[in-house]
Amino acid sequence: MTTERKIRLTVNGKAYESLVPVRMTLVDFLRGELDLTGTHVGCEHGVCGACTILVDGSAMRSCLMLAVQADGANLMTVEGLAEGPELHPLQRAFQRNHALQCGFCTPGLLMTAYEFLRDTSSPTEEQVREGISGNICRCTGYAPIVQAILDVSQEAG
Amino acid sequence: MVQQYIGASITRKEDERFLTGRATFADDVKLPGMLHAAFVRSPHAHARIVAIDTTAALAIPGVVAIFTYEDIADLAKPIPVRLYPLPSLEPFLQYPLAQDKVRYVGDPVAIVIADSRYVGEDALDVIDVTYEPLPAVVDIEDSLRDETIIHEAPGTNLAAHYVVSTGDIDQAFRDAEYTRKERFKTNRHTGNPLETRGMVVAYDSGELTVWGATKVPHFNREVLSSLLDFPEEKMHFVEGDVGGGFGIRGEFYPEDFLVPFAAMRLGRPVKWMEDRLEHLIAANHSRDVLCDIEIAMKKDGAILGIRAQVYGDMGGYIRTHGSLVPASTAGLLMGPYNVPAYECGVHCVITNKTGVGTFRAPGRYESCFIRERLLDMAAADLGIDPAELRFKNLIQPSQMPYNAGRTRADGDTIFDSGNYPQGLTRALDQIGYAETNPKRWVDEAGRYHGIGIATYVKNTGRGPYEGARIVISGTGDVAVYLGITTMGQGHETTMAQICADSLGVSMDAVTIYHGNTDYIPFGGGTYGSRGTVMGGNAVHLACQNMKERILSLASTYLDTEPANLVLQTGEIFRKGAEQGPALLSLGEIAGLAENPGFNEEGSGTLEITAYFEADQLTFSYGSHAAHVAVDPETGKIEIIRYVVVEDIGRAINPLMVHGQAVGGAAQGIGATLLEELVYDDSGQLLAGSFMDYLLPTSTDVPPIESIVLEEAPSPLNPLGVKGAGEGGIVATGATLANAVSNALAPLGVQITQLPISPNFIAKLLSS
Amino acid sequence: MKPARFDYYSPDSPNEALELLGQYGDDAKILAGGQSLMPMMNMRLVRPKVVIDINRIAGLSHISPRPDGGLAVGAMTRQRELERSALVLETAPLLSLAIPYIGHFQIRNRGTVGGSLAHSDPAAEIPAVCLTLDTEFELASSAGERTVKAEDFFLNHLTTALEPAELLTQIRIPQTVGNWRWGFQEVCRRDGDFALVGAATMLRLDDRGICLESRITAFGAGGTPMRMNAAENHLSGSSVNADDRSEAARLVSDALDPISDIHASAKYRQDVAGVMVRRALEQALLPMEGEDAA
Repeated sequence: MTTERKIRLTVNGKAYESLVPVRMTLVDFLRGELDLTGTHVGCEHGVCGACTILVDGSAMRSCLMLAVQADGANLMTVEGLAEGPELHPLQRAFQRNHALQCGFCTPGLLMTAYEFLRDTSSPTEEQVREGISGNICRCTGYAPIVQAILDVSQEAG
Repeated sequence: MVQQYIGASITRKEDERFLTGRATFADDVKLPGMLHAAFVRSPHAHARIVAIDTTAALAIPGVVAIFTYEDIADLAKPIPVRLYPLPSLEPFLQYPLAQDKVRYVGDPVAIVIADSRYVGEDALDVIDVTYEPLPAVVDIEDSLRDETIIHEAPGTNLAAHYVVSTGDIDQAFRDAEYTRKERFKTNRHTGNPLETRGMVVAYDSGELTVWGATKVPHFNREVLSSLLDFPEEKMHFVEGDVGGGFGIRGEFYPEDFLVPFAAMRLGRPVKWMEDRLEHLIAANHSRDVLCDIEIAMKKDGAILGIRAQVYGDMGGYIRTHGSLVPASTAGLLMGPYNVPAYECGVHCVITNKTGVGTFRAPGRYESCFIRERLLDMAAADLGIDPAELRFKNLIQPSQMPYNAGRTRADGDTIFDSGNYPQGLTRALDQIGYAETNPKRWVDEAGRYHGIGIATYVKNTGRGPYEGARIVISGTGDVAVYLGITTMGQGHETTMAQICADSLGVSMDAVTIYHGNTDYIPFGGGTYGSRGTVMGGNAVHLACQNMKERILSLASTYLDTEPANLVLQTGEIFRKGAEQGPALLSLGEIAGLAENPGFNEEGSGTLEITAYFEADQLTFSYGSHAAHVAVDPETGKIEIIRYVVVEDIGRAINPLMVHGQAVGGAAQGIGATLLEELVYDDSGQLLAGSFMDYLLPTSTDVPPIESIVLEEAPSPLNPLGVKGAGEGGIVATGATLANAVSNALAPLGVQITQLPISPNFIAKLLSS
Repeated sequence: MKPARFDYYSPDSPNEALELLGQYGDDAKILAGGQSLMPMMNMRLVRPKVVIDINRIAGLSHISPRPDGGLAVGAMTRQRELERSALVLETAPLLSLAIPYIGHFQIRNRGTVGGSLAHSDPAAEIPAVCLTLDTEFELASSAGERTVKAEDFFLNHLTTALEPAELLTQIRIPQTVGNWRWGFQEVCRRDGDFALVGAATMLRLDDRGICLESRITAFGAGGTPMRMNAAENHLSGSSVNADDRSEAARLVSDALDPISDIHASAKYRQDVAGVMVRRALEQALLPMEGEDAA
């Protein structure tokens, strides 16, 4: 029985090698083995989006992937957004717009917004709302998050 | 006091760690040698426990221990009620583990401790519990027949019944020129913070530490101390970062005993992170209220009296909130109106479902729905415009403070201040009520449009006390230790604003600490929108006392009178010469305090602890208005506009207040249109995952138009503030139900129960 | 909510995957996009002894034009790729119209065409569209290959013609010859949720606007998506006017026997399926880019 596999992957530009149980989910691996606890667990069945990370540039629910599936992949988590002390424009916009209260949904939303803005130029408010509709926030009522994303898209010109 | 920060929309100091993924939520806490807990939970709604066989589970490598009731029997005591106790509730309380019987799906039967959660769940698969299923009771009326008794000792499923009344209700109905009687039902739903419950507990060198505490850590520590028979002073409850609470997280649950018990028994740290499916059956449900209500009025719309029976479906056990949900439904059922006579019977009914507790605006979302729907029905019957009917009956500012009479078991309800007509006017103006005529119409696509309104009043700022401890160091840094807790409200910023202005320092010099029982000996906690009222005023009081102390030290040192000095931006100036050079810095004053030769009071540090007391609630209020469009062919509802008006007396930080209002409204919209904890006849929760329990997403919530008023400051506290945590949600059920009922009135649809799903609309339209 | 233990394989080639399937059969589950399987595994609703991860098999993900004008789509093609494909928009626009209704873009980034089809949720969009497009399914096992037509592929709730040892490798969407128009409608509690009920329609009209052929699929209203033959026949030869559309809707509702669940009653699904068909037909008749209004 293959209970463990060795995987090699890159996360936020750093290379890792690890022996992982085959049934361990990717989010549990990131949080437990790599100590990257910025990515959160909210539901473990792919609905809430708290676990959203980028896998080879695409936003995905890391609770629905096995760690072994990330072998050879290039991941980005919320810890990789800022450049040292320099916050990413999305992070600054979230702060300015009070787009977080408890902060639990925030990393997943930032990663979702990251891909959304990369692939959508000059989105309308409606498009932004649709773009983040796969992430649940219980605190803010979404409006300031939408505004923060619109701010960044407008900044980009 | 120079007001530089209070009232300003300052962005939050605490955001960076959340934005960069460096916050410390419960699951982020890791300790060496940590074990993991999982719970065996009843799959039956009602059953006797015949036997528990753990042999196969204990044989799994990595399973360390399994504890059942037998193991905790010596310590086993029921979890006490924290709020709204009644003697008759005592026999219905929940023990940390089920002993002979299980009374709801999810009732904990055993705790498993293993190397990992994965292995713990493997153990759950093979623990063999033999149950003898019993008939399940899932309906209030069914339960009240007492044919299937859920708790043997009291021999009834009616856990409590009492009546509140004020005025002469019989006379009111004799004098009535119009009456209407209706039955209303609000849906069982819950808050679902995005972070599930969890904790890490370590027992080390005789000290017990609980990470993941929040809401009411001092109270919970007292409860745990009593249940474990272990000294409070050796217990440390630590609040890190918390992923939302909404009333659900932070009460004392069975797991809050079992995880510490296991940690102490095994001598190793134990972590428990609840998963979402578990949360939906194990954490408090709320709002499950049935109400029969009758109103007596004059033909011109003046209310003469309201009488009602309120039934709360409490679930299988009475939990820490006692009778709160139905009691609070009765408590403000009359709302911000002149209701000369009121009588309400309150019933706490036990069923085989998960236990019930508070969810944001408990009892108030329910009562607002019930009352405002009934008022709209009366308005239609009497041919009076719904807004006009409200204005006719709203309590006037000249009547403040207004004693609404005995609407609670333990006393009168007194509204302290408010201009209710102004709040309603503001909402009507915003939605364009006067200009929108008619208030319902059908568009080209065949959708039915309607405007709906509702007015509410909300209790905030519950006492009896709250504390703050301020310590100023030699560097001039001000540390404020709060007795209140934080689960997203921004207290690290708002309390710093209050401190900075109240003390006379720069906000940058202030750091707020919260939620750790070691920070302050007594704390009331955060719930019921009391954080700013109680915590904020505690900070303010502590700052006043601290300022006095500082000026006393400074004046002694400078050989002058305190009245000749001012403390501003952290420095002492001679009064009148604030533009000139500072005479002393805060850091220097801290040094004076520490100097045994100089410091007459001999405390050694520049430290003040103060407790703010309040024995009366302060009431926020407002109105909501909505414009909806209903597709009669699919039953789908679109909220075209949603307006929230809330008067909170005084806004410490308007940005935060709007955040609470918009967030609350979004939750209320979800609750009213999407969410329901549906049970089948055998007591199985059908909405057991996020596939079926539907939380509102960004496309379900329209842009909320939030208006914050400061017209009626509270006369009950020095800051003049009222709580701002719940106003956004209180009137959502009422407002949307009124808007939909208005829109569909031509088709004969009147909403008397929630949620308003497409299927429900279709059903109403076809009947 | 952690999966139960399983043995894990990630074959590099289709043959390897088929050998494993042949060996383990019912004890194995294919892991494709994981958007349906992983939730069930996390909830321990399914506990396969063996998981065969086919994400590393080259050649299973492609969108290729066929010589006869249709489209071949590999089973492992991500839904997001379909969504963005100009080729799909050109040759199977009904699919392009329907894909954005699937969940949210993060789900479509990982979810696959084949996964959705093999899982066969009655309320899913891709099975409904494939049924409407007369898609052919290519199934492979170590014993060989076979082609199954869409009408024979979806058997019942979460049940397809796939045998335990078989793998869906690609689908072939035939070219739709002639002047086709299409519509897609669904109603759900929230955007991105599984539909309560929905409809996909295609109409082929002559120059006078008379319907030569129609295809109507109702989904979410039974154990599988269903072609509504009575309604299709009714529209043939008609001008698909308002009365024709209403009658088609009525015929659809009459023919359905949906289930009830906590979100919608059988009656709701039955009635609203008719509404969805009617609206999808209206949508199909809307002027297309470059056309004048009829």
